[in-house]
Amino acid sequence: MNNHLRTLRAERGWSQQQLGELLDVSRQSVNAIETGRYDPSLPLAFRIAELFGLAIEQVFVSPSGRS
Amino acid sequence: MRFSPAQRRYSRRVLILAIVYAALLLSAVYLFARHLVTGPFAYLLGVLPALPVVGFFVAVGAYLVEEQDEYLRLIFARQSLIATGVAMTAATVWGFLEGFDLVPHAVAWAWPVTWFAGMGIGACVNRMVERTAA
Repeated sequence: MNNHLRTLRAERGWSQQQLGELLDVSRQSVNAIETGRYDPSLPLAFRIAELFGLAIEQVFVSPSGRS
Repeated sequence: MRFSPAQRRYSRRVLILAIVYAALLLSAVYLFARHLVTGPFAYLLGVLPALPVVGFFVAVGAYLVEEQDEYLRLIFARQSLIATGVAMTAATVWGFLEGFDLVPHAVAWAWPVTWFAGMGIGACVNRMVERTAA
């Protein structure tokens, strides 16, 4: 699933490690999500969106392309 | 690379189990080689080295339960599935070849050993996936 995580992280000047620590996940998890290799669970997707103060659909691109 | 608390616990458990395994195996081999044990005690001593190996599998299960990072849990599950595929495939192929008297008999504990080798292959696959997409 495509997402804007890398851009959002870069805007705040955070490293993958720093973002991982803020989300309480590993750097590998952040990397896997950013590169679209791994789709996070709904609770983690909410945590990510809430951290950036955005709605989930503003972080993750719907595969159907409707949002 | 930083390790999660569950990864640190898993590594510590595997290390302790490996030490216990080596101690029990060496003791059993020493005592059996000198015919110092017989009867029920021989069975007890014979099964002792198997217990830490069982412990390895328990440690794998405990890690999957305890790991809070869902992506790390996923890649460890993939590693375990690759190991299971390798071990079951090897056991099946060898079993048929052995049944047709084409290869010598393989002792049953060879398959857990193959499973651990499969964990190594699974770790390599995970590393390759991480590198190609990083």
